[in-house]
Amino acid sequence: MKELLEGSQAVAEAVRLCKPGVISAYPITPQTHIVEELAAMVAEGKLRAEFVNVESEHSAASVVLGAVATGVRAFTATSSQGLLLMTEVVFNIAGMRLPVVMTCANRSVSAPLNIWNDHQDAITVRDSGWVQLHAENIQEALDLHIQAYRIGEGPKIMLPVMVNMDGFILTHGLEPVDIPSQEQVDSFLPPYNPLYKLDVENPLTLGPLVDPDYYMEARFAIHDTHKDVLRLIPLIRDEFQKAFGRSSGGLVEEYRVKDAEKVIVAMGSVCGTIKDVVDILRQKGKKVGLLKIITYRPFPSLEIYKALKDVPRVAIVEKAVSLGSYSPLLSEIRSVFCGKKNPPVISGFVIGLGGRDITIDSIKEIFKRLTAKQISEEYIDLKPELLGDEFV
Amino acid sequence: MTAETSKHLFGSGHTACAGCGQAIAARLVVDVTGKNTIIANNTGCLEVFSTKYPESAWGVPWIHSLFENAAAVASGVEAALKYLGTKDKITVISQAGDGGTADIGLQALSGMWERGHDILSVCYDNEAYMNTGIQRSGLTPFDTNTSTTPIGSQSAGNPRPKKPMPEIAVAHGLVYVATASVGYPRDIENKVKKAVSIKGPKYIQIHVPCPLGWRHDPQITYDIGKLAVETGLYPLIEYEYGKLTGVRKLSKIKPVEEYLKFQGRFKHILSSPEQIKQIQAIADSNIERYGLKVESVSAPQDKEAGPL
Repeated sequence: MKELLEGSQAVAEAVRLCKPGVISAYPITPQTHIVEELAAMVAEGKLRAEFVNVESEHSAASVVLGAVATGVRAFTATSSQGLLLMTEVVFNIAGMRLPVVMTCANRSVSAPLNIWNDHQDAITVRDSGWVQLHAENIQEALDLHIQAYRIGEGPKIMLPVMVNMDGFILTHGLEPVDIPSQEQVDSFLPPYNPLYKLDVENPLTLGPLVDPDYYMEARFAIHDTHKDVLRLIPLIRDEFQKAFGRSSGGLVEEYRVKDAEKVIVAMGSVCGTIKDVVDILRQKGKKVGLLKIITYRPFPSLEIYKALKDVPRVAIVEKAVSLGSYSPLLSEIRSVFCGKKNPPVISGFVIGLGGRDITIDSIKEIFKRLTAKQISEEYIDLKPELLGDEFV
Repeated sequence: MTAETSKHLFGSGHTACAGCGQAIAARLVVDVTGKNTIIANNTGCLEVFSTKYPESAWGVPWIHSLFENAAAVASGVEAALKYLGTKDKITVISQAGDGGTADIGLQALSGMWERGHDILSVCYDNEAYMNTGIQRSGLTPFDTNTSTTPIGSQSAGNPRPKKPMPEIAVAHGLVYVATASVGYPRDIENKVKKAVSIKGPKYIQIHVPCPLGWRHDPQITYDIGKLAVETGLYPLIEYEYGKLTGVRKLSKIKPVEEYLKFQGRFKHILSSPEQIKQIQAIADSNIERYGLKVESVSAPQDKEAGPL
């Protein structure tokens, strides 16, 4: 049954259906509605969980770390500065192989202070060991949360998963969404039953000091597990489709890429706008398409290669930057084609930082600029009048 | 990684320095709380010397995450146990050194206390960042010579007195707050017993001499601990529900030089009557504030003798 829900409500419903025993969070816009919804569910007895209101995101992440280490499924959500403040714990959770699930309501980072959407927050922790998924719309955000627990809690995986959804655009937007039944989710997601936990009957030491004789193997093991995650995610997508009757998740989504001469690669809600533009341009006979990255970590290099290898011109459109270098997704996708024969011309466009609107015209402009000449750091919809000497 | 073969829940064979007060205190604490204990430990000496992979000194489930978050990790452990319905059978301890407690870990600790988790926080107070090489912490005493408060023509050592952690704990409305010293092992045991018998957040701060950082003979760890108490510099006190309910009284209060003279970190003070006076004033203020002096011959006396 479909209900018209705000994105945050939809995510809270998904989390409720996954039955976490501990929820901990610290308020930050635009994540707040998600945890407020969950707090209300706990208050009304609709969800049996311990809701721990903490004094910072650093502690929110640490509380869910402790809960999962004790063998109990847990959930947290954050955004922007909150993610940056908990970064130390984010790395630690992955290193300790604890399958926390966290929503990141993607938002820009300060300074200047700005509460609106881009992907700079999630990008800062791309090397932390977390699985990072990006939702295009509210239904996908809901579905990815259910899949996230399945992915992370796999006995051979044991890694945390971050579900990214664009702040405001998805967290505060409304869409008709299908909320699965508890029975459906229960049969898809078994109870959390970890191989190791804090247990007085079997006292383990978790988080020891590890010297140079052992450290590299611990880090390599995480990297190696990410290869398993690449194999697992498509299987979980297929299983999800069987159980819930709709396709959601996976590594990448190809939208009208076959025979395309120009393809945009993007992540998150902007993919919806790009699909519209692709449809408009296709009607006019232009051979254009979209490659949506759903799984950003582990990075699906092979799927990206296969999707783009015969496309002459590719635009990487991203809401993130690596100040002082090429933007992150551009660098990574270029590296996929490094040493390959006849690679596409891969151009990079930065767009929508700090919530600047991305219009149909903005996307059309990108397709227009996608010529045989490679572009590396084009900022779309930049206002040159604000870049005078007095602003530098 | 367990310490099953040891009769203690904190086994021997760890890599602490000879005479480490923290190792003694940590064993006393966990032996009292018993096998149904889960410990969250901040980064620091204790974590480093007890868990070097692939070995561990701990016979209870034990977790280390980061320097400043043991209190939050312990909060998550406690919340999970509540969810599982096993909290009443298990003691949760959040423990740290003085830096992990009073400085970098204070925010998480304050949050844990304010939320009222049923957790015992233990601070092993060796009065500086010993693990990184004896840098000054918020619990380093006045005029101490540390590697970041060195003495010099412009410096007499640490310019500030100890942060009043027990008072900060009391102000959070804790059910039980106590100070203890490794010089009084039975007292540590009794206080831990009392603390875990009360449901709610509690704090015990244990003075643990550090031969390396304090530059004293490793054989006199207990005596150094006792001297800090006997001079009035480390009063042993207890608060229950915000009220001062216990004070270790002293029949004979020793001058502070008796404590200072065995320690390299205070060597520069011994030739300075003015500095000794200032430190004596700190002891005198404690003596007066907590009524440390035995008023009459019939009053309870300091009976516990530390092994010499």
